[in-house]
Amino acid sequence: MKHLLSRTWFIGVLAALCMPAQAALNVLSCEAEWAALASEIGGKRLNVSSATTGQQDPHRIEARPSLIARVRNADLLVCTGLDLEAGWLPVLLQQSGNRRIQPGQPGNFVAGNLVPRLELPTQLDRAQGDVHGSGNPHIQLNPHNLVPVGEALATRLGELDPANAEAYRAAYADFRARLEFAMQRWEQQAVALNGVGVIAHHKDMVYLFDWLGMREIGNLEPKPGLEPSSAHLAALLQQLRQDPARMVLHTPYQSERASQWLSAQASIPAVMIPNTVGGTDAATDLFTLFEDIISRLLGGLQ
Amino acid sequence: MSIALAIGVASTLCARAAGATGSEAEQLRAELAATRAAFETRIAALEARLGAIETPPTKGEPVRSEQLDTIESRLQQVEIVANQPPQTSANAFNPQMSVILAGTWANLDENPDDYMLGGFVPAGGEGGPGERGFSLGETELTLSASIDPLFYGQVTFAVDAGDEISAEEALVRTSALPDGFTAQFGRFYSALAYQNAQHAHTWDFSDIPLVYQAMFGGQYKTEGLQLKWLAPLEQFVELGVEFGNGDQFPGQDDGNGVGAYTLFASTGNDIGASASWKGGIAWLGTEAGSRVYAEPDPSRQDVSNPTEFNGDSTTWNTYLVYKWAPNGNGQEHHFTLQGEYFDRHEDGVMLQLNTSRGNGRSSYRGDPSGWYLQGVYQFMPRWRVGLRYDSLDSGTLRLRSLDGVLRDADFPTLATYDPDRTTLMLDYSPTEYSRLRLQYAHDQSAPGATDQQLYLQYLMSLGAHGAHQF
Repeated sequence: MKHLLSRTWFIGVLAALCMPAQAALNVLSCEAEWAALASEIGGKRLNVSSATTGQQDPHRIEARPSLIARVRNADLLVCTGLDLEAGWLPVLLQQSGNRRIQPGQPGNFVAGNLVPRLELPTQLDRAQGDVHGSGNPHIQLNPHNLVPVGEALATRLGELDPANAEAYRAAYADFRARLEFAMQRWEQQAVALNGVGVIAHHKDMVYLFDWLGMREIGNLEPKPGLEPSSAHLAALLQQLRQDPARMVLHTPYQSERASQWLSAQASIPAVMIPNTVGGTDAATDLFTLFEDIISRLLGGLQ
Repeated sequence: MSIALAIGVASTLCARAAGATGSEAEQLRAELAATRAAFETRIAALEARLGAIETPPTKGEPVRSEQLDTIESRLQQVEIVANQPPQTSANAFNPQMSVILAGTWANLDENPDDYMLGGFVPAGGEGGPGERGFSLGETELTLSASIDPLFYGQVTFAVDAGDEISAEEALVRTSALPDGFTAQFGRFYSALAYQNAQHAHTWDFSDIPLVYQAMFGGQYKTEGLQLKWLAPLEQFVELGVEFGNGDQFPGQDDGNGVGAYTLFASTGNDIGASASWKGGIAWLGTEAGSRVYAEPDPSRQDVSNPTEFNGDSTTWNTYLVYKWAPNGNGQEHHFTLQGEYFDRHEDGVMLQLNTSRGNGRSSYRGDPSGWYLQGVYQFMPRWRVGLRYDSLDSGTLRLRSLDGVLRDADFPTLATYDPDRTTLMLDYSPTEYSRLRLQYAHDQSAPGATDQQLYLQYLMSLGAHGAHQF
């Protein structure tokens, strides 16, 4: 009996392992914005999830066992690249035993290569802090960047799942139309932000500033990735006497301490803005994300 | 050429003849018109080129020249990215290079040359508290790259305390096996224990737990083949096997075939958004053929008797690691709790060339074990504090003379003793590439000698900074 039982169990496990891949593609993104974009394009045809949340710093993620298991089961991995995930993604790829999503395979999608990059370094030296050799990787805060990325993602999904290729293309066309319409509205709403000087905690909002014509006067971090120091903050305050900023910005996962200090010293509001979907309760998808960002920025101007 | 020249001369003559009065003003006006036309064409061209990349500025507004400048500079940016020629030199395929510079300053009460672990068969290797004063720690150079779509290679050279350069790891790993399988072969750190598989510069303390020194003389390296399989489940479940040469203690190289077998299994998961854990169990089976160590003679000073063990050795490991960071953000605070337990069984024969009593043979059964538990907490950005407790149990000494020559007293090293050590650590990491550490240990490795150990350590990382394992 025991022998028989173990045999049926063994056959059962074997059958489970040899099952053909499920109809719906498993899409895993490194950052929440790409999961939201894949959902816009794939809707219910995909099982979409994100390895990180809007409450987490994508630079500093542990290569947790749960993430290795999720990468193991992914058909498509959608990440920013540009070294943003250099501290954890290589371990996940290496330990996943999943050949479909290795670099260069159709299941590995890199968004960062598809958009014009800002802050391409002319010199690579760690004395400059945590510089990214391929340019600033926080590309998601300019909605115009969602167009080339979305188009390429729809194409890639169609290659991986040819039966639904037409549906992905149509869904992307619909998304793009809604996005273009929304962008016009956002740009009109944000006219007041044009030329406004701000301080950001980390250099992770330059694409937003570039889009809305805002000026980044400085950062709370003395160099990218280095904790704000009192000496640097004092120098920043001096700088603001010459060139005043209207607000100081940080994301949900960055410590508020330095922002609050500068806010009190310079008498400007400290504003938290979500930098991806899920960063705030209001930012539930890509559209509400930008609406929330703009309304918070306009609120900071009051 | 000559035709163009003729036309040029002719047109100049015509112009001179026609424009005798006010020709200068006329010319200026014409030039201005041309410039304006060129300016407008330039704007239109720029806008068209930009249109391909982003939406043009809002319609209905005249384009200002400063706007034009920003458009131009943004275009240049885009074109720089788009037109970057691929590197064609052979150097473009150079592997990633990473250098770890490490060093220590140590203040030790006891002479490290006399270091022993009471009750345990000396494992050799890199055991012990290291050198007194200033010394270079494990300085490492790692080169790694994809070999082709199927294989990835990595080699790590290390400068050890004796100023010798050796290959810590030299391995090839598959990257294209199907269904969750990964194979690796060459020389590598075995997966038989949690901390074993991690490079020294990622450890939370400047030295390895005592139990590793007792069981393997440091990290257990093997040369051979490892095969891992990750189950296609929601939860992380990994099974693996290793076939090694079994050169390193507790084994001994004995010619052809496989000298050591390892089986390992690990699993792990998240607990909410802030915590995660990983645990595992592993078994190592190896054979020792003439594993030699020196046993001090109990009746004569400065004389030691060569003693060799022949037999089987099996080692079990189990570990559990728990990590916590609020919302998964370790920037401000994070906490790690890590513990491992090892249990060994050895069965065989001890041969001793005893200078006082002659050569003898005794059957030997050993069951040493040990564990450690450590916690590390980052209490503010850049600053961490850690506490570790090591505890070893030499087990019961079971020697039975086969020829009536040797007694238990002829094996003073193996006399029952339970070493322990308590370690405190404080480290400061200005960036993720540099770390300075202060460590104090209260070490009772041997009977009757309590060692107070103070260490200052630096760890610096240059070049490609590889991602760290959980």
